[in-house]
Amino acid sequence: MKWFGPRLKIQIGVVLVVGMCLTAIFAPLLAPHDPYLQNLMLRLKPPVWDDRGSWTYPLGTDNLGRDLLSRLVYGSRLSIVVGLLAMMVALTFGTTLGLVAGYGGGRVEQVIMRFADGYQAIPEILLAIVVVAVFGGSVTVLILVLGFAGWESYTRVAFNLTRSLRERPFVEAAVASGAGDRYVMWRHILPQMSPVLTVIATLQVGQLVLQETALSFLGLGLPPPTATWGNILAEGRDRLLVAPWIANLAGIAIVLLVLGINLLGNGLRETLDPRRVDRR
Amino acid sequence: MRYLLRRLMLLPVPLIFVIGFVFVVLRLTGDPVAIYLGLDATPEQEAVLRADLHLDEPVPVQFGYFLLDLVRGDFGTSIQFKRRAMEVVRERLGSTLQLLALGLLVAVVLGVLGGVASAVWKDRVPDFVISVLAVAGQSMPSFWLGILLIQLFALELQWLPTSGKGGWEHMVLPVITLATFLVPNFILVMRVSVLEVAREQFVVTARARGAGPARALWLHILPNAINPVVSLIGLQLGRLMGGAVVTESIFAWPGVGRLMVSAIFQRDVPIVVAAVFIVALTIVLANLVVDLVQAAIDPRIRLR
Repeated sequence: MKWFGPRLKIQIGVVLVVGMCLTAIFAPLLAPHDPYLQNLMLRLKPPVWDDRGSWTYPLGTDNLGRDLLSRLVYGSRLSIVVGLLAMMVALTFGTTLGLVAGYGGGRVEQVIMRFADGYQAIPEILLAIVVVAVFGGSVTVLILVLGFAGWESYTRVAFNLTRSLRERPFVEAAVASGAGDRYVMWRHILPQMSPVLTVIATLQVGQLVLQETALSFLGLGLPPPTATWGNILAEGRDRLLVAPWIANLAGIAIVLLVLGINLLGNGLRETLDPRRVDRR
Repeated sequence: MRYLLRRLMLLPVPLIFVIGFVFVVLRLTGDPVAIYLGLDATPEQEAVLRADLHLDEPVPVQFGYFLLDLVRGDFGTSIQFKRRAMEVVRERLGSTLQLLALGLLVAVVLGVLGGVASAVWKDRVPDFVISVLAVAGQSMPSFWLGILLIQLFALELQWLPTSGKGGWEHMVLPVITLATFLVPNFILVMRVSVLEVAREQFVVTARARGAGPARALWLHILPNAINPVVSLIGLQLGRLMGGAVVTESIFAWPGVGRLMVSAIFQRDVPIVVAAVFIVALTIVLANLVVDLVQAAIDPRIRLR
């Protein structure tokens, strides 16, 4: 099965991810209708491939007569924004701690790494549920809670890599020629870790999108009528018998984005991380 | 024995985190007086309740009372159920543990078999099919999978009930949903682990001494390759709980996860706090069990 290698995975992944990002950016141009415009005369119209469907509403309408295609197009925005920004929060926070712990060693290392261990005892979902319950669902809350729920893996990886990189000759040479600690950490060690961190970060975005949609689905994300994929799926769940396409089309949208991200991440891992490729 | 003692010494660290987390949650959820008494309470009534809950004391003293309550398992009275929150949560815990245990069991069995098959037929059709399924499974939102299963097996074919709790037929769809959420990770870890162990010297030696491929796989490779899967169980417990919250909500499974979500909508703080504490405690203890199991099956960990 050589043909399904990293190259093809990255190609498919890029097409899906870029396509979704363009949809999110140009949502106002692509959506045929206003995603919030209700029309009770046109409730639960089926998609165009059904006999009763029409091209005016290509994917049909929901329970309040809103155009489903337009709602799905706008829904991509929240998932992508939350996924990317939460990943950046986790990446920045986690990597900084791991880098400092690995480079500093001694007591700094003990404090940071025990903190990471203890923090892991708190399940992400409990953290998310509780924080959303207290502060309500908003974009900022979602980004922060998902970001600060998933930083420990970066800390662990950055810590282990820093410890081994610190002993390498090029780092010793930099220190010997008078480079300060901060300069060595950010300019010499961090760039060496970037391939591994890129792979972890890419795959994490997919998981974050799933978590965001799951919170939305449970009613813990942005409140309705906001068009998010999780909200659309939750609304569709109550109409499975009469209008199964609502839930299923939202599900397909989520899968396409997450599958693209996962293929991209796996392809990158096989390309950038020679250790892993060797194992395969 | 020495390992057991050393491992028990590490127990306080996550426990302190869990307790601190629950206390912060409790403080963040706002003034409980307003929730208990409603808006038209007199200042005198509020003052009495405030003194009753020790809210007029400084925060460190409040933390002391909080620890006392934890030891007694007293999280206050549920606003929805008018009963002690701890009792309500304890009643639901069994259902959740049942779902988690079965889901985990199915996921580990399928994950190990899939991972082994994938490694044995590396780069051939079974490996390809399993890898594609694993990536697809990782990209699948579990709540949509649950809804698809309901559409197919409950609404279309009418083989299984849509939701609720009853006999075994009520368990099938929730367990499949929860297991699918976990299987891909187990497959990927098992595959890499088998491939790595297969290259070790002792496997080469066993083959050279005449052990056939099947014997080498089952007696020499598998016992040594299973350990990463066991430690993955520990790492996945938090995710597993997240999956349980979603699964219980879809299938109206009367467990702690669904209770927690509905308590949030009802602003029932005692239930939320009790559920968070019990779930986090369960995960800490389950992690302890996982570590001990690992030490039991792998002397390398025990003797380190």
